[in-house]
Parts: sequence; structure tokens; C-alpha cells
Amino acid sequence: MDQIQHPEPPEKGVSTTVPAPLRAIQERVYACIQCGTCTGSCPNAFAMDYTPRAMWRLVLMGEKETLFNSRTFLLCSACYYCTLRCPRGLPLTETMEELKQIAARENHPVHKKSVLFYRNFLESVRRHGRVREMEFMTLYFLSLKNPFTPLQFTPLGLRLMGKGKVGIQVPSKGQRRLEALFRKAEELEEQE
Amino acid sequence: MKYYYYPGCSLEGTAKEYDISTRAFMSAMEIELVELEDWTCCGASAAPATGNLLSLALPARNIALAEKTNAAKEILVPCSACYLNLKQVEKKTGKDTELLSKINTILEEEHLHVTGGLRVRHLLDVLSKDIDAAAVSQRVQRSLNDMTIAPYYGCQCLRPYIEFDDPETPRSMEPLIEATGAKIHAWSKGSKCCGASHMNTQMDVGIELVASILKAAKGADAIVTVCPMCQVNLDAYQKKASRFAKEDLDITVLYLPQLLGLAFGLTEKEIGLNYNLAVSDGFRKKL
Ligand code: SF4
Ligand code: SF4
Repeated sequence: MDQIQHPEPPEKGVSTTVPAPLRAIQERVYACIQCGTCTGSCPNAFAMDYTPRAMWRLVLMGEKETLFNSRTFLLCSACYYCTLRCPRGLPLTETMEELKQIAARENHPVHKKSVLFYRNFLESVRRHGRVREMEFMTLYFLSLKNPFTPLQFTPLGLRLMGKGKVGIQVPSKGQRRLEALFRKAEELEEQE
Repeated sequence: MKYYYYPGCSLEGTAKEYDISTRAFMSAMEIELVELEDWTCCGASAAPATGNLLSLALPARNIALAEKTNAAKEILVPCSACYLNLKQVEKKTGKDTELLSKINTILEEEHLHVTGGLRVRHLLDVLSKDIDAAAVSQRVQRSLNDMTIAPYYGCQCLRPYIEFDDPETPRSMEPLIEATGAKIHAWSKGSKCCGASHMNTQMDVGIELVASILKAAKGADAIVTVCPMCQVNLDAYQKKASRFAKEDLDITVLYLPQLLGLAFGLTEKEIGLNYNLAVSDGFRKKL
């Protein structure tokens, strides 16, 4: 893999226009002492533009733009090492998830691919109650509108099919199994 | 002994052999599994990245199904991602009644309700705590004493909830593996992240993590896992990881109940070995 270029650290200074969702996140990591244990524990730090420690600093500084243009929380694979080891006992992994939620709601371009992935996954669950692997991969590839992405997965898909583990599934419409549950969750989520 | 059984979506598809071998092993141990009727997806890693309440309501629906049936006290979950999602409901609603009532408002749409009190347990928790390694070794028909096995735990059965093993240096699989006669491959990668969640969106990062684990497993005859995400990830991307590391990293990757089943003398079909992607000739010869 190519060496990742680390951008310049952000300008110091406290932003006065921090929107509410980010303020809630700031409160969660307010006690961060910038010790770097999270960075040292993170299996994905090598691929991140900002290390976890530096990203928490961006959060505290209210550097919204830089934060949502960075790939750091997108690359969190929820291994829970930082949560386990943070000397301040901060809920770091969960807060990474919350950043993903904000990015999904606000349609930040850097996160488009993962957001589409998750969205199509949940669409399959919403329709059938359980995820149909092939259906949702088909939906995902269609939504990416990139004819080359599926090729990356073709050899594996064929091997899995050969084993009878997955079958071709045409995306199906019709009655949606968990529609009511999803709607209610979305409704309450909006009120939060 | 009797447990509810929540297989989860992967065990119906890419991890069929985990389902087959878990059922076969439990039946050999005379433990009853009551599969939750009409279970649905736990939300995997997609719901937590989308909405908080959804990520709890989806697993909670399955806990509610169990409560309604009232046939056992604990839910056995073999998939680590499903396990964590269900466990979050147990832990979070246990101390937050406001949250519990929100979740119940959502579940009303399905005419379901969670009260609390059911315990969610990972398969490895049950295997290592409720089943004695001595009871396993008594049933061994085919000793695996020519083999060295690398136990791979992954993340979410160990962290963030510390329920049955050390979250950094886990050892709960060792007595079970040793009960089959096999030796333990000494390594430090057992609790490291395999990067499975990257494979669909950031494959290059995932491959690097897979390669470092496969490299460390060299010298072992097989890696044994307790999570469908980890197994598929370590099994399916060996060619790509080998190309990345510029060395041959092929190795057999089994589920723990598959290994135990083999030692019990179950046939390859009975433990679903035909479904694993990479089972090396060398491994087969040692059986
Ligand atoms: S480990 Fe905790 S306290 Fe230390 S830098 Fe990371 S978030 Fe801050
Ligand atoms: S939970 Fe996420 S951020 Fe924390 S160490 Fe693991 S991958 Fe890194």
C-alpha cells in the first residue's frame, strides 16, 4: 500500500459554531488527556489520515469540516481495543459509531461508499427480516454505479456459489417484513 | 442443559458450516438448542452505523421472542457480531429504563415486549464455562495429537464486555483444543482485529490485517475461530493476502465446533467441512 500523507495539523482555536450532534460527541470525550493510548492500540491507525488521538482533538476543537473529511472514523473496525484501554474510560468505539451515524445522515461525500453499503444491507433486512447476502450485494453494486467494483468480488462470489452458500437473488419488492419496526425506530430517532 | 439458539444471518449463508457443526457438537454433548422461531437480523455493523435506536431494536426483537417462548434462561449466539448486538440490549436496558421503554415502543409494532432477565451468551462462553474440557476429552474418538492449532478469538466476543475471558490475552479455547490431543500454536494475534468489516468498502486495509494474522499463524496446521466474519475473512482472502505479503499464506481455517466434532469422530459432512473454502491436503492427511 502507498504511504499515506498526513495532512498539516489543524489551526488552534475554538470554533463557536459547533452544531448540536457534534456537541453531544464533544461531551463524551471531554475528559480526553491526549495520551495516545487509543492510537497505540488501533489496528487501523496505519491507514488513517488522522490518528484516533488526533481525531479526538479535532472533535474537541470543533473542527467539523476537517473531521468529516477525514477517513478516521470510517476506518474504525469496532475492535474495542481503545475503549478497553483508554485511561479515562471513554466510550470511544461507540462514539466512532455515532460519528458514522452523523456522516450517514448528512451525506458526507467521503463516506458515500460505506453509507450505501449499510443502507442497502438494512434495505434487505427491512424487506425480508433477514439479510439476503446476494440480494444486498447486488443492490449495493447497483447503487455504487461503478461497473468495476463488482469485478473485485466476482472470484469470491463464484467460489461461494460453487459451495452452495449463496445463490443468485433478484432484488424483490413486495411486502416489507420489518417496515413498521424500522419506521417507528426512525420516527423516535428523529425526536432525539 | 438447554439454551435458546440464535444462529443469525451468516450462519444461513456464508457460514453454513458453523451452524451445522455447532448443532452437531451440541447434540453429541446432549445439550438441547431451541432455535428462536421467526428470528430476524440483529442489524450487524450496519444498524450501529445508521441509528442508535434501530441498532438496539433489531436485536431486542429477538430477545423479546425468547422471552415470549419461555423455554430457557439463556440465549446462545455463535456469531460474535450478533452476540455483541444482543448483549448491548441486555446490558444497556438493564440500567436504563427510559431506553427500555423506547425500545418497547418500537417493538409494539411487532406485538413484542422486552422485560429483561435473559442472559445472552457467546458460544465460546458456553463451551468454555458450561462444558468441561474433561467431558470433551472423554468423547474423543480420533485424537488430533499430530496437529498444532492457532486459536483465533477476534474482537467482539472479548470486548467491550468482559464476560468469560481476558480481553487482551484470551485463553478459553486452549483447554478445549488440548482436549482433542492437539497442541496450541503460541502467538499473540489471537485477540487482534482481522478487519472483516473493511472488506466491502476498504479492501486494501482489510488485506493488510488479514496478511499479518496469517503470517503469524505459520507453523500451525489450522486456525480455529469462533466468528463467521473472522472465518470468512481469514479463509476467503488468502490469495490476495499472499500476493500482498509476497509469500504463501494458505492455511486451513476451521470453526471451533468443527475441530471438536472431528475429534469426536464425526464425519466431514456432519461438521460441514465441505463448505470451508481452504482445507489443505496437508491438514486432511493428518486427520
Ligand atoms: S486513550 Fe483516551 S485519553 Fe488517551 S488520547 Fe485516546 S481518548 Fe484521549
Ligand atoms: S475500536 Fe476502532 S478506533 Fe478503537 S482501536 Fe479499534 S479500530 Fe481503532
